[in-house]
Amino acid sequence: MSSFLVISIIIIYLAVIFYVAYWAEKNSKSKWVNNPYVYTLSLAVYCTAWTYYGSVGLAATSGLKFLTIYLGPIIIIPSWIILMRKIIRISKGNKISSLADFISLRYGNDRFLGALVTLICVFAIVPYISLQLKAISETFNVITNHNIGGNSIIDDTTFYIAILLAIFAAFFGTQHTDATERHKGIITAVALESVIKLVFFLAIGIYVTFYLFNGPVDIYNKASLLPDFKQQQSINGLEGGFNWFFLSLLSMIAIMLLPRQFQVTVVENEREKYLKKVTWLFPLYLLLFNIFVIFIAWGGNIIFQNQGVDADLFTLMLPLKNNHEFLALLVFLGGFSAAISMVVVSTLTLSTMLSNNLIIPYGFLSKYSKGESEQNSGSIKKIRRVSIFSLIIVAYFFYKYFTLDRSLVSIGLISFVIIAQLAPSFFGGLFWRRGSSKGSKYGIFVGFFVAIYTLVIPFAIDSQLITSSFVNEGLFGVNLLKPYELFGIQILEPVPHAFFWSLFLNIITYTITSVNIVGKYRERNFAEMFVDSSKYAALHENAYVWKGEAYVKDLRKVLTRFLGEKRTERALNLFYMKYDIDKNSPYADARLVNFSEKLLTGSIGSASSRILIASVVKEEEISLTEVLSILEETQKAKESNKELHERDKQKNEFLDTVAHELKTPITSIRALSEILLDNDDVDNLTKKKFLTSILKESERVSRLINNILDLEKLATGKEKLELKQHSIKKTIQKSIDAVTQFAENHRIYINSEGVNDAEIMYDDDRIQQVIINLLSNAIKFSNKEKGKVSIFTYINQNKIEVSVEDNGKGIGKEDLIYIFNKFYQAKNQTILKPVGSGLGLAISKQIIESHNGIIWAENRNPQGARLTFALPFKTNTI
Amino acid sequence: MKKILIVDDEPNIVMSLEYLFKKENFEVFIARDGTEAIEIVENNIPDIILLDIMMPNVDGYQVLKHLKANNDLCEIKVIFLSAKNKISDIELGLQLGADKYISKPFSTKKLVKEVHKLLNKN
Repeated sequence: MSSFLVISIIIIYLAVIFYVAYWAEKNSKSKWVNNPYVYTLSLAVYCTAWTYYGSVGLAATSGLKFLTIYLGPIIIIPSWIILMRKIIRISKGNKISSLADFISLRYGNDRFLGALVTLICVFAIVPYISLQLKAISETFNVITNHNIGGNSIIDDTTFYIAILLAIFAAFFGTQHTDATERHKGIITAVALESVIKLVFFLAIGIYVTFYLFNGPVDIYNKASLLPDFKQQQSINGLEGGFNWFFLSLLSMIAIMLLPRQFQVTVVENEREKYLKKVTWLFPLYLLLFNIFVIFIAWGGNIIFQNQGVDADLFTLMLPLKNNHEFLALLVFLGGFSAAISMVVVSTLTLSTMLSNNLIIPYGFLSKYSKGESEQNSGSIKKIRRVSIFSLIIVAYFFYKYFTLDRSLVSIGLISFVIIAQLAPSFFGGLFWRRGSSKGSKYGIFVGFFVAIYTLVIPFAIDSQLITSSFVNEGLFGVNLLKPYELFGIQILEPVPHAFFWSLFLNIITYTITSVNIVGKYRERNFAEMFVDSSKYAALHENAYVWKGEAYVKDLRKVLTRFLGEKRTERALNLFYMKYDIDKNSPYADARLVNFSEKLLTGSIGSASSRILIASVVKEEEISLTEVLSILEETQKAKESNKELHERDKQKNEFLDTVAHELKTPITSIRALSEILLDNDDVDNLTKKKFLTSILKESERVSRLINNILDLEKLATGKEKLELKQHSIKKTIQKSIDAVTQFAENHRIYINSEGVNDAEIMYDDDRIQQVIINLLSNAIKFSNKEKGKVSIFTYINQNKIEVSVEDNGKGIGKEDLIYIFNKFYQAKNQTILKPVGSGLGLAISKQIIESHNGIIWAENRNPQGARLTFALPFKTNTI
Repeated sequence: MKKILIVDDEPNIVMSLEYLFKKENFEVFIARDGTEAIEIVENNIPDIILLDIMMPNVDGYQVLKHLKANNDLCEIKVIFLSAKNKISDIELGLQLGADKYISKPFSTKKLVKEVHKLLNKN
């Protein structure tokens, strides 16, 4: 195919991708941009050109081992529903914009640690980006049948592609100064590319399996005749098993800690619930991607047997050899998509780290603390843009001037191993309070150097074809120091070997240092917040312990330098509203200090924001125990606040109901009197009826008001009970007399045969009120046809029980405990609205309780309700 | 003769409304709760309904939802008459498709005026 044609297609393709990104950025609220599918597909940035070409290469030379790179993610992803949710919550809560920020914040805004993590990431990822450029360049040469275009950069298409990618990443990656803002454009483009690479890869898989061969069985039969076949397609016993295990573990770490994965999974996460979709859809994606790998590899091995074709290029060579140029072009575009999404997302996230965790905290802070907001945010964006370009250009030169002859897989795995050095600090920090910043730093250093010694140096020696005795004989000829067989371990292949030793020594160092050197209070504060994230998440700014002196004015000044006048004002207003703080107070409390720090974190990283804020406040040292006890107290205060809030809510509800209950009779009164007033021709009978109703409704209003006042007096203890010795039998009789008329109206007989007498201390009027109330309720609710109400007593040495029974429908099981609540009848819509204020039982309960008694309701068998109160003989109330 | 349905569980409010609209030459129907209201509406489609919200069993919102879901009934004019006067309650009522929301206690003259206004629109 002519290179002109391929270049044109690349340009058209890139234009489409740019347009999609542009559209998504403009329509960032659209449901096409915000959905779990786009999110899940963007995670597939994991599958790079390495997956596309390298997996096949690895499968062709070493059999099934390529699967380990996907097994790890498939195993770990279901646990994300808990694990990743925790990470996302912490990150969102603290405005974390990258992996470096996460680790540096966890260990107390450690500036050095953030920079260290950034450098490790750059070191690991830049060669990996080179690898993508190499893949683009090689496949471009294969498809255009072009021999590498000399050494001149001017002739190299890859150079221009790299520059275009840098422009893309810089344009869409630095729209906002706040790096925690989501990059919808880039993510949507990556999601689209994930679809494209999968579809085209499946296409070539189907093509090889079913077109070039007659299905999987056919390929298998033919491939099994090749030499080495058996040995390749097995795990290779226990030794191989160890290799598999460590490689899977390595990829498990990679899927979470590769900077680009952290970016798409955590920083770009719009909603936590998207994770649910990820847990099944993403493993499915990886599975689909891998179905045909082995068949393409076998197919290539069969067709190109002994022809010296690079196995990494089988995917492309198979259609080319059979003159299916169009298909080859699709494969090229798929691989191209895989490569460019990796390059764009990686440079974006690395540039954020470089600016927020290395360049700004070490070089620009003093400048920023004097600059204006527009200058500052312009400068921050400029730093990120320059970083993006520098990263891509460095990666380009790395690819151009170092012979990257080793297969795609090796460099990818080396960068995995280096990134894995962050795992102890990351996961340790997430689950272990004691993990300290010193432990983290030392651990990373040790792990990094072991990885360099056991993997990077020997790899560099091998690939640059330098002869050295180092690899075969060990450092200074010491056998135990052989880089591929450290301390005599021979069963592991180089990558798992390096991974095992570096991580092992890293963890040991991290743990021992952390146990022996206790972190500072600040670290421990963040440790608490990270490890117990669910407990402290609700506390927000309160979870951060700070003591000292700070002025709102100073904080405001710092914020304005980065956010501008308007945004600062808006943010502070929200803050004041949230915590209900007096706006005019000149002093800032711990919450405001923490809030300001968080606000800046998104723009300049956690370490810088910490330093800037610290420069305007006067901080006092606090001891660790103090931190812990303050945290505990805040937690408790929060809980009691909740209680207060609940009580407030109940009070409001109560007032609402009271208002409603008062309005109802007033409505009748108003309507009826208006009619009487407006119409002179109302006949006498109607007039009388209306006036009677008005009177009744007025009585209802006063009864309600009295009841409310009553309840209030009883509840607050304002009313003293008149406690005297009374005969309970007499009190009951008086109560029965009071409701006789009402009972007769309902044609109900009150049976009082079971009443016995006893003398006891109580307030006669109040207890009568209770009994009358229970009796009238029973009358109202008893059977309509054959209503029967009984009252009886049960007396023993300690107490008197008085029960009132009816034979009505009874009380719904779920209502039994609520009927003593105020206005329960009005709220509960399932029972008919009876006459009454809805406060009778609430008042009764209050009266009984102020006599130190209890009142309860139960249902009778077969039907009816029984309400009972018990009064103790020894009344302790005064 | 226009037909009006009064739905309220307070006998005295019903009494006053009944008098008021009989005098305005309406044929008046009365329901004590939502269930009754739906039964009446299905047998005898009124021109307008005065609907209380807080009622036992089926409340006013549910009655209105039922009306709006039914092709024959969705054209009936509905005025909510309720003691609930929080903005959220009113908004909910209007969102569900009520033509008017009048808070209790109400002025009888204004109510009559609103009823005529709604019915004369068409």
